[in-house]
Amino acid sequence: MKRLALPFAALLLAVGATPAASQDFAITGATVATGDGSAPIENATVVVRGGKVVAVGSDIAVTMDMPTIDGRGKWVTPGIFALMTDLGLWDVSGVRESNDTSARGSSFGAALDVAPALVPESQNVAISRAGGVTRASVASFPSSQIFGGQGAVVDLGADADMVMRPRAFQFVTLGERGGAIAGGSRTAAFVTLKNALQEAQDLASKGGRHEDALLTRPDAAALLPVLRGEEPLYVHVERAAHIRSVLDLRKDYPKLRLVLVGASEGWLVASDIAAAGVPVIADSLDDLPVTFEQLAATQSNVGRMKRAGVKVALGGFAGMEQPRNAKQYAGNLVALSKLPRATGLSWGEAFAAITSVPAEIAGYGGKLGVLKPGAVGDVVIWDGDPLEVSSAPERVFIDGVEQPRDNHQTRLRDRYRDLDESDLPKAYDW
Amino acid sequence: MQLRAIATLAGAAALAACSAGGDARPQSVAEASAPTEPEQAPYPSTYKPYPGTPTALVGATVYDGAGGRIDNGTVLFADGKLVGVGGPDLAIPAGYTTIDAHGKFVTPGVIDIHSHLGVYPTPSVDAQSDGNEATDPTTPEVWAEHSVWPQDPGFTRALANGGVTSLEILPGSANLIGGRSVTLKNVPSRTVQGMKFPGAPYGMKMACGENPKRVYGGKGRMPSTRMGNFAVDRQTWLDAKAWKADPKRKRNLANETLAGVLDGEILVQNHCYRADEMAQVLDMADEMGYKVSAFHHAVEAYKIADLLREHDVCAAVWADWYGFKMEAYDGIPENAALIHNAGACVVIHSDDENGIQRLNQEAAKAQAAGKRIGIDIPDEQVVGWFTLNAAKAMGIDKLTGSLAAGKMADVVLWNGNPLSVYSRPEKVWVDGALLFDADNAKRRPVSDFELGQPGEGDVK
Repeated sequence: MKRLALPFAALLLAVGATPAASQDFAITGATVATGDGSAPIENATVVVRGGKVVAVGSDIAVTMDMPTIDGRGKWVTPGIFALMTDLGLWDVSGVRESNDTSARGSSFGAALDVAPALVPESQNVAISRAGGVTRASVASFPSSQIFGGQGAVVDLGADADMVMRPRAFQFVTLGERGGAIAGGSRTAAFVTLKNALQEAQDLASKGGRHEDALLTRPDAAALLPVLRGEEPLYVHVERAAHIRSVLDLRKDYPKLRLVLVGASEGWLVASDIAAAGVPVIADSLDDLPVTFEQLAATQSNVGRMKRAGVKVALGGFAGMEQPRNAKQYAGNLVALSKLPRATGLSWGEAFAAITSVPAEIAGYGGKLGVLKPGAVGDVVIWDGDPLEVSSAPERVFIDGVEQPRDNHQTRLRDRYRDLDESDLPKAYDW
Repeated sequence: MQLRAIATLAGAAALAACSAGGDARPQSVAEASAPTEPEQAPYPSTYKPYPGTPTALVGATVYDGAGGRIDNGTVLFADGKLVGVGGPDLAIPAGYTTIDAHGKFVTPGVIDIHSHLGVYPTPSVDAQSDGNEATDPTTPEVWAEHSVWPQDPGFTRALANGGVTSLEILPGSANLIGGRSVTLKNVPSRTVQGMKFPGAPYGMKMACGENPKRVYGGKGRMPSTRMGNFAVDRQTWLDAKAWKADPKRKRNLANETLAGVLDGEILVQNHCYRADEMAQVLDMADEMGYKVSAFHHAVEAYKIADLLREHDVCAAVWADWYGFKMEAYDGIPENAALIHNAGACVVIHSDDENGIQRLNQEAAKAQAAGKRIGIDIPDEQVVGWFTLNAAKAMGIDKLTGSLAAGKMADVVLWNGNPLSVYSRPEKVWVDGALLFDADNAKRRPVSDFELGQPGEGDVK
């Protein structure tokens, strides 16, 4: 394996030794999927200049001075936007000391903030980047309190600057798990949430905190922007009945910017969700009654909600669900469209569910997850249809900067491409 | 979102996916050799194939599971058995129902060598958590079939979405020796016996590495280290050999299982991640006189693919799982292709009630990862990773796993290439009986548990 040069350069980039500048380039002759829900365009051109997309389409003239990449036989798309991930929060998820996804023993809940804990050099970041994931939201997951804390929106660029927006959303779980954490019942989960919002309100009022406050001051303070609608509240909830209860929260707290997370039974209450204008981040392929709150789970959930007018993105790419497989999940929804009685998505809709729709939910509509003039230059060149399981990125650009695709896995792959140790042990092959 | 993800993140570290693992195999033939065992295998299979129609699938691309591909093929089956597999000129006998399968694909029924359906069913509540007898590091005396809940809705999803017709249900990997596995036909049944694969050998699940030492170290008892794992294993084998040699022995469930392994009648399915540990297990097997049928999970199998080939041991792997525990840190997507390329046996397994619905897609991912490093494995060989190779490692390859005259008519008609994300089973036959039909809303099993619930009979 004489691949020394490339990985070495990649490592330099990864540790930030080479401040990378965005490149100006055009990709021509490619199948281009813009991510906006439309069907792919054949034989199209994408032009990136100054880190931004400046032109996309089939009749684009490319100036002579613009470096051109031959995209024939390739697919070109915006980068994948993976919602509700744990990227940068672990090295080995099962090795607790390396895992910052939840703070089981902490006195704090809502105040927890993933931003300062994120590690852009984590292998899961590098592996996801190589898989075409360029942006993500990272959540702090609930453990000792129903509030997980504040998640961030990040980019996966190979540089030290990972956080795009810290404290981008608050995460609370109100389903079975919320009930278990809150004291053994969902009744406790809901009253815990309401009390917390009240304590946040008290903090801002003249009277100040009450003597019987249950939340720490930082936790209450962290909920103020939620109460005021400045920070979205992501609510993990699965069961139809509890989705209705969550939607009802806005009767008492009209400014809450709710986002439902999970919503396995969302299709049963899809019209209510649509009427409330609340977006959903769903697990696309859940189809088993893993809990009693997921009895009606079906792979058609996303398609049915979409048909009812709900804004649905795929997400939950944490733990065993890898962000680089978001495309497989989306592809399966296209497969459903061929099955009698199932409700799937069109190709364009499915791809949007892992690009533009996540970006919109995260507050970056029109800027990320889409290829159109003015959008950020996150561009992935694939060796085939990106929703197909056989395809993979050939080149990945973030903000117009070409990204390294090497990581621990590719280095192992190269070392063990053969098992020849006739001269030296494998440890010298690097 | 998934609760699953959240629970995992919340610290369940290792049991996470499967960390459990192991093996198992079903029963039937095996017991005759242990002298103290009853002559007739207990808990015998009561499964009888359901009625079917003599059927000709005509015009499909046929992947026969054994590495063969026939374009515009014809597949004939009747009375539960495959009758003929050939090209367009294969004569269709009178009385056969012909299904036009042009543009579609036919494969053998999908086989999962590593499932916990039934023993860790959904809903996954504590009351039904029956996969690990985690009270002793070696429990060869337990049989997975005594834990299987046949109403697990997961069986129905594996059939309809995954085309799975046979599967091996294993005890978990908390124990060094987890117990006997059971091989099932994926047919709905009121009883486990009604699912048991007739003629399948039993398996025995073993586990190395982190799980046993964590579980028992955490209880303050042996093993708490990898060397403890091996010491307990070896002493257990020595005791079993002594028992086996004792003419005055009394029946002992644990030793009966171990003796079955030593006699080659029960197949060892060994959960093991790390290359160095698999190599140690191979030596232990040589030392004690048994054979490992397959290493399960085997994320580092690519580092010792030559050893696996020499020992004729299959590696049952995921396509791309990595990093969820320390011993999975070196998992790479090229694992399966590298093993295959070295001439060793690859099986794609699930260990997961969701993954079992997409073994074909997982195989396709692994195939593509190989292609990108210049290992080009044709589709018809890749299909063997989730059909015949699994059957081989389970000891049922003479009965099923490929499309050949005389074998069980376990057949999937796919609506597209099974190695594409866009394809799904259209019809699934088990022993020639049509048990799933995407075009017939009623030809879909619904478990007792789901009757009267929201979503009953939905496409899922």
